[in-house]
Amino acid sequence: MPHVYVSTVIDAPVAAVWAVIRDFNGLPDWTPFVAESRIEANMPADKIGCIRAFRLKDGGRIRERLLALSDYEFSQSYAILESPMEVEDYVATLRLLPVTEGGRSFAEWSADFACPPAREAELVSHIGRNVFLAGLQALQARFAGAGRR
Amino acid sequence: MIVRVLRSCVIDAPVDIVWPLLRDFNSHARWHPAIAASHIEGGEPPDHVGAVRAFRLRDGGFLREQLIALSDRDMSLSYCLLEAPVRLDGYVATMRLRRVTEGERTFLQWQSRFDSSAGEADALARLVGETIYEVGMAALQARLRRATGALVPAPRPVVPPPSSPLTDVERSGARPLPVLAALQTNAIVIERHGGPEVLIPRRVDVPPPGPGEVRLRHLAIGVNMVDLHGRAGDFGLDILPAIPGMEAAGVVLDVGPGVTHLAAGDPVVYACSPPGAYAEARTMPASMVVLLPPDIAPETAAAVFLKGITADLLLHDVHPLRAGESVLVHAAAGGLGLLLCGWARALGARVIGVVSSDAKAEAAIDAGAAHAVVGGRQDVAAAVRELTGGRGIDVVYDGIGQASFEISLASLARRGHLVSHGQVSGPVGLRDIDSLATKSVRLSRPNFLHFTETAEDLRRRADRLFEALRQGQVRPRIDRRLPLSDAAAAHRRLESRQNIGSIVLIP
Repeated sequence: MPHVYVSTVIDAPVAAVWAVIRDFNGLPDWTPFVAESRIEANMPADKIGCIRAFRLKDGGRIRERLLALSDYEFSQSYAILESPMEVEDYVATLRLLPVTEGGRSFAEWSADFACPPAREAELVSHIGRNVFLAGLQALQARFAGAGRR
Repeated sequence: MIVRVLRSCVIDAPVDIVWPLLRDFNSHARWHPAIAASHIEGGEPPDHVGAVRAFRLRDGGFLREQLIALSDRDMSLSYCLLEAPVRLDGYVATMRLRRVTEGERTFLQWQSRFDSSAGEADALARLVGETIYEVGMAALQARLRRATGALVPAPRPVVPPPSSPLTDVERSGARPLPVLAALQTNAIVIERHGGPEVLIPRRVDVPPPGPGEVRLRHLAIGVNMVDLHGRAGDFGLDILPAIPGMEAAGVVLDVGPGVTHLAAGDPVVYACSPPGAYAEARTMPASMVVLLPPDIAPETAAAVFLKGITADLLLHDVHPLRAGESVLVHAAAGGLGLLLCGWARALGARVIGVVSSDAKAEAAIDAGAAHAVVGGRQDVAAAVRELTGGRGIDVVYDGIGQASFEISLASLARRGHLVSHGQVSGPVGLRDIDSLATKSVRLSRPNFLHFTETAEDLRRRADRLFEALRQGQVRPRIDRRLPLSDAAAAHRRLESRQNIGSIVLIP
């Protein structure tokens, strides 16, 4: 089963970064690739099971279900319900860990999914670079210089 | 209560290099600066869950820890404490690595939990978090940063034969090697001159000691008038940002090359430049750091060292006091004042203290003054003339300056000695020298630094002070113990002259 893992260090305390990414409906605010988002059925964005429907800047439409949200572990997991990527059983987790030295944050974003073997390399590369890394780098830029040192 | 400690950092090396080093349960002797020697008991492999590592710290402490979990999948290991010189009941620690894909670095998380009484929890949490985790992490960062450049293989650990564990170290009697890592600590920093509000708690780096330097952990910090002058910008702290404070007692963490009179673990005290005492730990020149005798508590030392050395030079050098002389001490219930009252009486002088309240009068008399005059309520010079049968006083110790100079002059006997050793109320300013002839007044304006110029000078004075403490000739009186983070409150109290005795900050 293909696995994608991207991680980085963000120059801001965990609480500050978590305040941004915790919002399951907040992708347009902090990622460079989401144009608009809404939560279906008028649910709160932190209700487990809620579905976000969002439109990418390239026009693609994606629906994802919130599987887990932990304010204790600063982590969020979700599954793709519909997307143009043609992946199956896609479950991703975005998680922060405090870097006590310098008051920074370690951020990791990972996913497991199923797909036709021929498309595996392309999808792993696309998700890793254009989604996870692009998202984390946007967070880095947003918080540049916000750490303690 | 259950105490949890967590530290984490980023190491500038790929996880494929960090994990093979860390997963070796006996590798800590190769990278942790506090560890002198370590071996796995029974010659077991260091990745055998259940293995016990026995190790000795550079300060002499002996510990045993057992590996209770090791996972190559999660890149984590857990261990518990079997024996240690400090009580850390139920201590279990976990080290975990994560790959930082961006930049091929490694995230290291080191956490633990243990049981402790509420009173000891903070100190133990700091001990573990700072002296074990932070120091270890800094050493790993430094070591692996170098290793990734040239991929230098790590040196083999020196493992003593299992039959004679650790005796090599014991036999060699080697002095501890300097700890190479920087450590971070809490300090009070001033970034601009001003009132007590400019004293701000900050995290600062404490670099390893260079040649002739020593790194200390403070246990108690003295608060002195000179700190107030530095903070306000009068003198002493010209270049900002700076950490104030001239006096503290503590323990040596490590020493730099060329330092022979101190070693790791020694209790010490100092009162000298450069400023920087308002910190949990610091690195400073070693020459003016004095060994603290074991019978004198660090808190006592921090309360009386600078003031006691000052009293020593005022009473023995600036005016070598003779039995039968009369002495006037201004601010007699302050930290220095109480010491002057007690020590002057022990030298056979008759002491009159000037104070600002009845409570302070009581304190001055308790310390050794024969009389106390409450200034502001009484005409001090008239009271002194009356108490000396109209003759006036032989010596005045005046640290007040501007506000008291005329009173001191008026109180003096003929050929009396005015020792102006401070300027709490402001500089004395321009004065008419000729008028001193009306009484043949002798005037001194001593500077502490000129009487403690050599280490020999300082140690001689320190020995005399320690002996006076033992004899009860000077008795430490602590007005307040305040947390280091409350340095501003300490300054406010000293500035408003509310204190009776010394104020110490406890890190």
